[in-house]
Amino acid sequence: MPAASLPRWIDTGVIPVLNIALALIVSGLIIAAIGEDPFAAMAVMVKGALGYQEGIGYTLYYATNFTFAGLAVAIAFHAGLFNIGGEGQAYIGGLGVGLVMLALDSALPMVLLLPLGLLASAIFGAAWAAVPAYLQACRGSHIVITTIMFNFIAAALMVYLMVNVLIQPGQMSPQSREFDVSGHLPFVHEALAWIGVSFARSPLNVSIVWAAVCCLGLGAYIWRTRWGYELRTVGHNERAAVYAGVNPRRVIVITMCISGGLAGFVGMNEVMGVHHRLLLDFTAGYGFTGIAVSLMGRNHPIGVVLASLLFGVLYQGGAELAFEVPGITRELVVTIQGLVILFSGALAYMTAPWVARIYYAVKPRPEPAVSAA
Amino acid sequence: MTTDADSATKKRAAGQSAPPPAIEFHGISKSFGPVRANHDVSMTIAAGCIHGIVGENGAGKSTLMSILYGFYEADRGEIKVAGQAVNITSPDRAIAAGIGMVHQHFMLVDTFTVLENIILGAERGLLLADSIAAAGEELKRLEAEYDLYVDPEAVIQDLPVGALQRVEILKALYRGAKILILDEPTGVLTPQETDQLFRILQALKAQGGTVILITHKLREIMAITDTVSVMRHGRVVADKITAETSEAELAELMVGRKIRSGLKRTDVAVGKVALRVRHLTVRDAYRVPRVDDVSFEIRTHEIVGIAGVSGNGQSELLEVLAGILPVAGGGFEIAGRRIMPDDPCDPAQLRTLGLAHVPEDRQRLGMVAEFSAKESAILGYQNEPLYQDGIMFNQAAIAEKCAALMARFDVRPPLPAVLSANFSGGNQQKLILARELDRAPDVLLVGQPTRGVDIGAVEFIHRQLIDMRDQGCAILLVSVELEEIMALSDRILVMFEGRIVAELPAVDADERTLGLMMANAAAATA
Amino acid sequence: MEDAFVFTVLTANATVRVATPLILCAMAGLFSERAGIIDIGLEGKMLGAAFISASVAAVTGSVWLALGAGIALAICLALLHGFACITHNGNHVVSGVAINIMVSGLTVVLGIAWFQRGGQTPSVGPDARFMPITLPFADVLRDVPLLGTLYSGFLSGHNLLVYIAFSAVFATWWVVYRTRFGLRLRAVGENPQAVDTAGISVAWLRYRAVLIGGLLTGIAGTYLAIAQNAGFVQNMSAGQGYIALAAMIFGKWRPVPALGACLMFGLLDAVAIRLQGVVVPGIGEIPVQLIQALPYILTVVLLAGFIGKAVAPKAIGVPYVKEA
Repeated sequence: MPAASLPRWIDTGVIPVLNIALALIVSGLIIAAIGEDPFAAMAVMVKGALGYQEGIGYTLYYATNFTFAGLAVAIAFHAGLFNIGGEGQAYIGGLGVGLVMLALDSALPMVLLLPLGLLASAIFGAAWAAVPAYLQACRGSHIVITTIMFNFIAAALMVYLMVNVLIQPGQMSPQSREFDVSGHLPFVHEALAWIGVSFARSPLNVSIVWAAVCCLGLGAYIWRTRWGYELRTVGHNERAAVYAGVNPRRVIVITMCISGGLAGFVGMNEVMGVHHRLLLDFTAGYGFTGIAVSLMGRNHPIGVVLASLLFGVLYQGGAELAFEVPGITRELVVTIQGLVILFSGALAYMTAPWVARIYYAVKPRPEPAVSAA
Repeated sequence: MTTDADSATKKRAAGQSAPPPAIEFHGISKSFGPVRANHDVSMTIAAGCIHGIVGENGAGKSTLMSILYGFYEADRGEIKVAGQAVNITSPDRAIAAGIGMVHQHFMLVDTFTVLENIILGAERGLLLADSIAAAGEELKRLEAEYDLYVDPEAVIQDLPVGALQRVEILKALYRGAKILILDEPTGVLTPQETDQLFRILQALKAQGGTVILITHKLREIMAITDTVSVMRHGRVVADKITAETSEAELAELMVGRKIRSGLKRTDVAVGKVALRVRHLTVRDAYRVPRVDDVSFEIRTHEIVGIAGVSGNGQSELLEVLAGILPVAGGGFEIAGRRIMPDDPCDPAQLRTLGLAHVPEDRQRLGMVAEFSAKESAILGYQNEPLYQDGIMFNQAAIAEKCAALMARFDVRPPLPAVLSANFSGGNQQKLILARELDRAPDVLLVGQPTRGVDIGAVEFIHRQLIDMRDQGCAILLVSVELEEIMALSDRILVMFEGRIVAELPAVDADERTLGLMMANAAAATA
Repeated sequence: MEDAFVFTVLTANATVRVATPLILCAMAGLFSERAGIIDIGLEGKMLGAAFISASVAAVTGSVWLALGAGIALAICLALLHGFACITHNGNHVVSGVAINIMVSGLTVVLGIAWFQRGGQTPSVGPDARFMPITLPFADVLRDVPLLGTLYSGFLSGHNLLVYIAFSAVFATWWVVYRTRFGLRLRAVGENPQAVDTAGISVAWLRYRAVLIGGLLTGIAGTYLAIAQNAGFVQNMSAGQGYIALAAMIFGKWRPVPALGACLMFGLLDAVAIRLQGVVVPGIGEIPVQLIQALPYILTVVLLAGFIGKAVAPKAIGVPYVKEA
């Protein structure tokens, strides 16, 4: 890897920032190309995302989804797996929550429904990831292809269920009935109101707390436990893992289950936290955004949080921008997302040789302290 | 430095008009980052002769040949082919200059036929049909000329290695190579195949071709080459006429000092059986037995060395005993536990039974290059209670352990946070040994303990292994270095085509007898 | 009898219509993947080409300019993929995903900026579309039973791009198995080092492979926009690039079996629409979503090794770096 010879702060600081800057510059050129002012557009976006309480609420709500989806991609990457199936896992995770709520919302209080919903989204998401994981581990099929296929299968399954089974009788649009209030995750503005703080209404709900817990937990799991150690061993060097008595198949399946579970929480945030009913397409591409978030955040929980916040700003700001400037649509954000994946992922080390040249021009290359014989 | 070879060239040329040398290197230098692979290398190879290049692993032989073949570009220096200065920047330039190369790892497309592999890159015209027809004719001619038969329609993945090598040679000849480079060609060959290869090389020479043979096997140098260059640490240290030198002299030149006859070691009475192997069989993915009905035992206070040409099942034997490969037949017993085909045991369980394993391929098996040293220092022992603190790792204990291991085995630099990949080969190996020896295992499997390790570390590592044996450890040693086997072992087993074909006490072994047993298994067992 | 025959011909025509972009993309993917470059980006290249060709057709009214523009854009995207994967050793899947996502956004952004129609392009008239071609004597032979119906009802009456798609399969087969380029292409996907040591540039070979992929996906996109439809609609490729990828895998990276898979998936799609609400005796109503999901399910089942074994080119997705 070309950056291996560079100091850590350049590799994990300068280069990622440079990559994002490149993505944003190209985005700016696109905005300019369609005849708008990129700087004015940026100002509208930042103001729309961070300038007032409702905007901040939306930004954080999006960031919550991106954190779950980003962590899902990140943990799989550490085991050397590319989980493109976050979208489908989120969809099915949401289905799990929805089914539990539809079945039990009138029977149980919120204190029980909340953990049940959490569990259901994790289990359904994990199950949807477990099949591709098993097929990769034991049957040798490529997880990238199978997870893509499972996204489409999930979409078909959901259409079938919503149109034929779960639709609220007498309704035209394929939606389930709304859950009882006990099956709603409290909104943050509601929770703040309980302690006397007033905050503007937004879809932001207590899922964000769970996202923070997941970040901490995942960081500890990957770098501070023996399971995480085994996971990283498999990701870096499967033969060394076998040597060390690790069963790569088990690690692959477990890791993908955790990954799918995390993606499933996107479904929880949407179904239990925002819509309070099952409907179609509630994942809205968040699973794919998770790929950009993870790559941009270098598969590290802190990086994922930072990248999620940036994408939260982009999504909320983009919505605001589309509202304010008729010539620009929300899909601009999707374009930026693609550019971020391109520059932070596929071309991650494009700038490294130049950075190295500048760095060593400023600071002469030292004799390596450790000589490779 | 080149005077010997120059005089050789002159002698050869006496009485006839002197053709220019086939190859001349002048002051070739090449570095990979901080590693100097070639340093001011000059060498002259006369036309129409077989020239050997010997040296230890990492001496820079392969790098020099890769430069000649245009795979790498030299940082400095000049190459002349047949007296003409050439600028070989890519393999196609080398091919155009009449140079062909048989790589150590064959460069063949497994799913292609022999014929398709041969014409790849040397097709005639845009359509395959023409090339195939023309190549068929040409192959028949080459076959007859060099006694080089391979079925042109056979698919590569179905062929044995000996045939693959013939395909590689045919590839080079088909491209009109006048100069053929062979990089460690006999490591994977049976003695018969080696003999056949040497006949082919002689035929090439008889037709006026030049052969460059890279090897670390001195016997082969003596057997077939006319002239030889010795490389050490990226430099040429001697050029000799083969007839005027000896294995002993070359060996000394290679290593840079006299080979010591053996380590100082005390005689210790062996104890009880620590590892019992009975009719053990291992099969590869194609169901071919790699370890074939092998039986032996190792006692405490004993080092048993496995000698053999690499690729005769030694690696598979180590890996099956370590629990990495499954047992296909027979089994083995350690600490009262029998491991059989229907009662397998994974590497983690075997460790708890008192087995430790220093793998042959330390980069790919023994450590994780991307891990810090302290993380690599617990590889295989990550579940030990010592390293746990509830469900979390005890980071302090891990760092402390790594520092202790580094101190005990003099790993430099003694910094647990440094990336494993950034240590030199010798220090990586010392760290792995430290890790594996730390639990005072009852049985230790060691593969190529000093491969790619600097001379200073070799003695240290040998000393540690002897100490372990003195303390009662039963050690199984696999090495391609016969001297290492002879210096360390109490008993030597010779492996050939997956079987143990001979066993002898180390005191009775000398390089010649062992070499004979390794090379000519049938005669040795008879 | 006659009805059944007509029904079969109608279904076959529908199948061909649906399968055409799949075939073109599957051949594109085949070139790329046989050279060792994973091509997740078929979807994005096709979508981008559809948008540009629809735009050019709407503005200029020329099918040829539209086709040229579609191909040019797809080739640019293919070059970008090559730049990331071949020149910079980037992750092939990441690069492909990036292209797909970027294009799905950009086509709408530009569509609204250029045409202000909510992301659609203006619909174009017959002059700016590839229209059905009537083969010679098709009208005369129409009344000849069976063979005549087959000729004029099935073989005749498709647009030019359909014929190109089917020719592309045989061209692909010929190039891959019968030419020097094909031999090298197959070799570089299996063992790039063998190609390098044979004196052939690995990078240039792989670039040519992705360029051909760009050409074919460009035609596929143009077909979607101005042959099958009369303009661009947001996300009109709707996952067909992925189905094509699945079909190529289903065909085990071989042109003719991949064609078979494309036709099978096309047939499933054609039948799914007709089966909506139909009660099959003994089974009941087959959910149309199940049939739509069948290509994906079948591909998963195939990859899992339950029907034969799909072995990918050995060096696929592995950046080629000379080892030091």
